[in-house]
Amino acid sequence: MQITVTVNDQPYTREVEPRLLLVHFLRDELGLTGTHWGCDTSNCGACVVQIDAVPVKSCTMLAVMADGHHVTTVEGLEKNGELDPVQKGFTECHGLQCGFCTPGMMLTARWLLDNNPDPDESEIREAISGQLCRCTGYENIVRSVRWAAEHTCTPEVSA
Amino acid sequence: MTTSTPMGFGRMHRKEDARFIRGRGQYVDDVQLPGMLHGAILRSPHAHARILSVDTSAAEALPGVKAVITGETLAGLGLAWMPTLSKDVQAVLATDKVRFQGQEVAFVVAEDRYIARDALELIEVDYEPLPSVIDARTALAEAAPVIRDDLDGKKDNHIFDWEAGDRAHTEAIFERAEVRVSQDMLYPRVHPAPLETCGALADFDKVTGKLTVWCPTQAPHAHRTLYAMVAGLPEHKIRVISPDIGGGFGGKVGIYPGYVCAIVGSIVTGKPVKWMEDRSENLMSTAFARDYHMTGEIAATQDGRVQAIRVKVLADHGAFNGTAQPTKFPAGFFHVFSGSYDIETAHCEVTGVYSNKAPGGVAYACSFRITEAVYLVERLMDVLAYELGMDPAELRMKNLLRADQFPYTSPTGWEYDSGDYPRTLALAMEMAGYDKLRAEQAERRANGDRRLMGIGLSFFTEAVGAGPRKHMDILGLGMADGAELRVHPTGKAVLRVSCQSQGQGHETTFAQIVAEELGISPDDVDVVHGDTDQTPFGLGTYGSRSTPVSGAAAAMVTRKVRDRAKLVASAMLEVAPDDLEWTKGRWSVKGDPKHGATIQEIALASHGAVELPEGVEGHLDATCVYNPPNLTYPFGAYICVVDVDPDTGQVDVRRFIAVDDCGVRINPMIVEGQIHGGLADGIGMALMQLMAFDEDGNHLGASFMDYLLPTAVECPSWELGETVTPSPHHPIGAKGVGESATVGSPAAVVNAVLDALKPYGIRHADMPLTPSNVWRAIQGRPIRTDLAIT
Repeated sequence: MQITVTVNDQPYTREVEPRLLLVHFLRDELGLTGTHWGCDTSNCGACVVQIDAVPVKSCTMLAVMADGHHVTTVEGLEKNGELDPVQKGFTECHGLQCGFCTPGMMLTARWLLDNNPDPDESEIREAISGQLCRCTGYENIVRSVRWAAEHTCTPEVSA
Repeated sequence: MTTSTPMGFGRMHRKEDARFIRGRGQYVDDVQLPGMLHGAILRSPHAHARILSVDTSAAEALPGVKAVITGETLAGLGLAWMPTLSKDVQAVLATDKVRFQGQEVAFVVAEDRYIARDALELIEVDYEPLPSVIDARTALAEAAPVIRDDLDGKKDNHIFDWEAGDRAHTEAIFERAEVRVSQDMLYPRVHPAPLETCGALADFDKVTGKLTVWCPTQAPHAHRTLYAMVAGLPEHKIRVISPDIGGGFGGKVGIYPGYVCAIVGSIVTGKPVKWMEDRSENLMSTAFARDYHMTGEIAATQDGRVQAIRVKVLADHGAFNGTAQPTKFPAGFFHVFSGSYDIETAHCEVTGVYSNKAPGGVAYACSFRITEAVYLVERLMDVLAYELGMDPAELRMKNLLRADQFPYTSPTGWEYDSGDYPRTLALAMEMAGYDKLRAEQAERRANGDRRLMGIGLSFFTEAVGAGPRKHMDILGLGMADGAELRVHPTGKAVLRVSCQSQGQGHETTFAQIVAEELGISPDDVDVVHGDTDQTPFGLGTYGSRSTPVSGAAAAMVTRKVRDRAKLVASAMLEVAPDDLEWTKGRWSVKGDPKHGATIQEIALASHGAVELPEGVEGHLDATCVYNPPNLTYPFGAYICVVDVDPDTGQVDVRRFIAVDDCGVRINPMIVEGQIHGGLADGIGMALMQLMAFDEDGNHLGASFMDYLLPTAVECPSWELGETVTPSPHHPIGAKGVGESATVGSPAAVVNAVLDALKPYGIRHADMPLTPSNVWRAIQGRPIRTDLAIT
């Protein structure tokens, strides 16, 4: 089947097998290997990307279902050479160790902050509760997201 | 958190983060080679069955399939079996029988991963199911089916008997002890479940004869040597590249059949072959941990002075004895089970048995079975406190080793290097507000509060940094680590080490070690690791050994360079070397500090035309091999506070206080991160993680829907404290920390839950303390945590 998917603001048209998973489409067809695969069962969230600005587990979605939609992956977080505050927060607060869950965690964090710019600790924990991290015990991920919240310049703030 | 880069030890951002936050890490599945094929493994649906026939013809006929490899194919190459890390053998692809559910039976190589999986469906295997051994306690029964009839003359499922300590002395103490308490406990089978599964990409170049294997291995050099030994390939023609690893925790130490299959697949097809296991394969077939059935006994005086501990262990090693530990120690370092206490004598007996489950045993941040040892002694201390009606903190404080007893030789022969245990426990109790917590608990109990509050302690002593060459080897390979440092003419440095990070931040920490010793910025030091063609030999990263062994090697090699720099500086400054003194980054003339040369100036001179003293070669580099004189002994005091709902059995971890002493901290930020992760592991193991089997050997924890791992909502905000007792024999006084929290925390959580359940007269219940197990314990119903309850 032919599909056209906009990934990180760039449209891609490809012929794909109908059963191809979105995660494999992104990784193997487009070479965007920042999106990881971890479990098959939608439990771990290593594969989280945003579809039309909503976090989705890309191992549980077929590539053809993304036809006509906008996908954002970790590679799309940095804009014009400027890191997203979430990316900076993960570095500042040691929010990652092995780095495998990090792209998915950051994309969920971005969604959270877009919808709730000042989340408290429990809201952050709930937002990432569909994703697993085996290294950090989550503490520094929570701090990283808080850091991003505190260092996001909204138009109101900068005005 | 931190903004400046220290010229050595201290908090600094991780160098590796720059690529990971951009999605630019390179894990094995990210590596793509031209013409690459994909492999997939057909696995056994049975726990124990005879293979009658394997028909691969339909699979081979599927368009896109390039090769189908069976045990028979491998047998023709002499590769059907491979040695394990415990000097047993393991089937690469089964030939005679399958011995656990999920065992490897056939390997398909195809154009893409979807076709490879399709082809698996087309392979027909005719099995004759056999009775299986699932409960280790039945493994030695007369009627038990013999699992390893491949071994010459094997008539039972016994692997080894091993003991440590003084049996007679221990028996004598027990005979006359005022108080004796015995407790059966199981440390159930768990799996480390790193987020990245295992996999390999093998590329055999027929022209050069060079084999390159990309594989997320924690021990790349050991893999290279083992491949050479197994496959008969010359070792210099094997290159193992361990790229970024998505977590290891011990599960990526050994060689798995899939790796060998990928290599054979590449040799057979002449193309690069990638094999990535899926999550179920990972949970069912790669190394598990624990599975220790323990009967512990503790002898004490009426006033709570512990005199002796003894334990009998039945160790379930699965279908092949594949545990990774130094050769001398079939039960790993379990015999450190006298723990942190001043105990006169101790004795343990361990019996290892085969069962129809996956092989493994030490694969989960356990420091070679110290997890089991700490759990045993810390549970026994609480059981004793329960029987004596003593506060568990008071009992511990009364028995902890005192600072003046170090170095201390334990009853089973360990030489603890340094410690001040009471100080560490006191700090944890102060941070927790221990007395207030007990007062709150008493008040809630008095008020008949429905929710049950529990406070649990554990105090652990680890033995890490394996290890001294004379005592420790794996398959004959000594456990010393090499390091190589080159300082370039402009004073920038490259450190090459043998160990391999799985997220521990070696690129940062090891650069800081060089920086500390050489007085240059860590930003000016690149750390190369994970490529056997580019790094010196060493045994890898596990058992918290990177900092104790490779970290020491990094410090020692930098000191060699510093000494060389001194000689060069003496030539530059035209003074005798003895007249020079070192201040960080600079050799200068004693008494005339303005007259000196920076390491950068010396680096340039050493590559330049300055006339060097007799016997001093040019350039500024060095190599070293560090053979640790002893293990290091990190320790810590943990306190967990829980609330238990008796109606549902739900446990909420309200607080967790962890005071760790890992000696000198190179990068405290990274150290704290390591501890955070291990504490979450403790909650997982204590409350939810379990590899259960039904009576036919079906794996009931083979996906993340069934094998539960803690998420952010089950974890509290960790409260960390520290004491610093440097290791006296380590060059920088560091002790290692990677596994401390995983070792120490499960006992604290379990002790907290059982403290909450004390009003019900419950002294012990096995992990995992899931809602249903807690509820059953409250109801007085039996709980089984090794097998599914039916």
